[in-house]
Amino acid sequence: MADLSIDLGFLKLRNPVLAASGTFGYGLEFAPFIDLERLGGIVVKGLYFYARPGNPPPRLAESPSGLINSIGLQGIGVKAFSQEILPRLAGLRTAVIVNVCGSTNEEYAQVIDYLDRQEGIAAYELNISCPNVEQDGLCPALSPEATHAIVRLAKRTSRRPVITKLSPNVTDIVCIAKAAEEAGSDAVSLINTVLAMAVDVETRRPRLANVFGGLSGPAIKPIALRLVYQAASRLKIPVIGLGGIMSGRDALEFLIAGAMAVEVGTANLVDPEASIRIIQEMEDWCEEKKIKKLKDIIGTLNVASP
Amino acid sequence: MHKDPGAPILRKERWGDYCLLCLKSPAIAREARPGQFMMVRVSDQPYPLLRRPFSIHARTRETVEIFFSRVGLGTNILAQKKTGETLDIIGPLGKGFTTGGGGSKRAKEQEPGRLAPAESLNGKKVFLVGGGRGIAPLYFLGLELKKQGAVPIIFYGGKTKSDLPLADRLKAHKFALLVSTDDGSSGFHGFASAMVEAELNRVAGLPMAFPPLDWADAPRKSRPVRAASYALAGFPARVFACGPEAMMRKIAALADRYGIAAEFSLEAIMGCGIGACWGCARKIRRGDKAEWLKVCQEGPVFKSSEVVWEEDKTNEVSDR
Repeated sequence: MADLSIDLGFLKLRNPVLAASGTFGYGLEFAPFIDLERLGGIVVKGLYFYARPGNPPPRLAESPSGLINSIGLQGIGVKAFSQEILPRLAGLRTAVIVNVCGSTNEEYAQVIDYLDRQEGIAAYELNISCPNVEQDGLCPALSPEATHAIVRLAKRTSRRPVITKLSPNVTDIVCIAKAAEEAGSDAVSLINTVLAMAVDVETRRPRLANVFGGLSGPAIKPIALRLVYQAASRLKIPVIGLGGIMSGRDALEFLIAGAMAVEVGTANLVDPEASIRIIQEMEDWCEEKKIKKLKDIIGTLNVASP
Repeated sequence: MHKDPGAPILRKERWGDYCLLCLKSPAIAREARPGQFMMVRVSDQPYPLLRRPFSIHARTRETVEIFFSRVGLGTNILAQKKTGETLDIIGPLGKGFTTGGGGSKRAKEQEPGRLAPAESLNGKKVFLVGGGRGIAPLYFLGLELKKQGAVPIIFYGGKTKSDLPLADRLKAHKFALLVSTDDGSSGFHGFASAMVEAELNRVAGLPMAFPPLDWADAPRKSRPVRAASYALAGFPARVFACGPEAMMRKIAALADRYGIAAEFSLEAIMGCGIGACWGCARKIRRGDKAEWLKVCQEGPVFKSSEVVWEEDKTNEVSDR
């Protein structure tokens, strides 16, 4: 059997497949369908310090091969998470990564400070790239300075590794990713959703109450691959790739392009067993190609002209 | 809740834009309660990407049925499916109607905002109000209520006669059935909510705000149904409704006016159906605060006092 394990340096994973934040609830929602311990890890839904109401509906609009959402990071807050959810996740033999949000830099630190006092968390993923909480999709991940400031504060606060989740809605991903790296981020994950909108021709109204939303799903995979490849080519820290992964082959594309691990997002909504199927398909591919260690294919993209 | 990746279509019925599929799925059928729903994958291609939610319309020991109208891409594809093909389904999902006994242990648990489940509906009159495809969960509910000894009276409304394809099936099961059409092509001429209002006013002995249910004008074959609806005097013990937002809002106001407990099955665009994405949020009142709650997990059935009815169309589900 092929060895699928991955060592990010700060975190060892059973396999490179993590469930992406925002598409996997707080993890337990999927327990009726899959064995959570077969996952490389779970990135739980973004948490602010306090519970957050989210955006008005409609929050979802489907598009060809994609989904536009404007959930607005509705959530239960760190205290309810720590009391009601975390004890049930902490016993699992899989990496639990908490997606950390904040309206201000201080709130990111506040969330981390609270969670640092809880057990059962492997790392934090800094959500500085959600397009649904500020006007016009603004978020810290659009600016290298804002990115640097939040990551540095998070690293100073945290006793755990920090992964910074980046936005695709930028002119120069390398510049932003480098800012995160220089501020001490242990890894970056990309991409968050692509800023998008949908129009109802009959009513001439936007199909999302929030007007703008974030596009995810197979439609964004080529964009994600390009950005992951660019970032991975220029960074020393590990890159975690995500965006439209629906199959084992999709995940392999990201690894070949340089990602050390992947996150599966929208596929979980379509098929709650998707993440496990993706792991199985990667394993089958390794068997077929007689690849003993999956990590050997990371960053093996051959761009030399033939 | 179960995922059944290959539930075969045993039977299909089509009436214009309406379609019924009977699927073999013993595990889902065994657990299903009235008002619960299933997430159905309509295509294995990436477009349309998401599953579609459908109320469970009926069940037997081994089968579950869905009844829907063609409103967009997903339902159009689904309506093209043929007997013998299989569908990938997840269910039963969500919290159903409070029927007052029977069912699984889980369904009996007291949940916040639910009606007291212990209250027996045996021998009591209940109103089931379905508008268009909103009739879907009420057939299953009506059969369960009858088993419990309740006397369900079904109000079934549509724009025109062809929007009432299940009328014959409901009559065949000896339901007391009152139909309405907006254009008067069948039954009561007006909205389903107006028909319910007329009936409640009649029971209350009030002058009619709307044209009375003049049964002398009803076709002869519907008279036995009229007799059944009059068999029990007084107000219904409960009202259950599913249909267009405007209809449900009106029914909620009527139930409130007469102090009748009411429950509504709400429609929402859903991402996952299992509570993971928070895409189907709807403003719901719990205690003294209203918040965006997940229709898939906290509903799709809510009681009257919980639902915050929006005057605008914020909560309406349009074609996708």
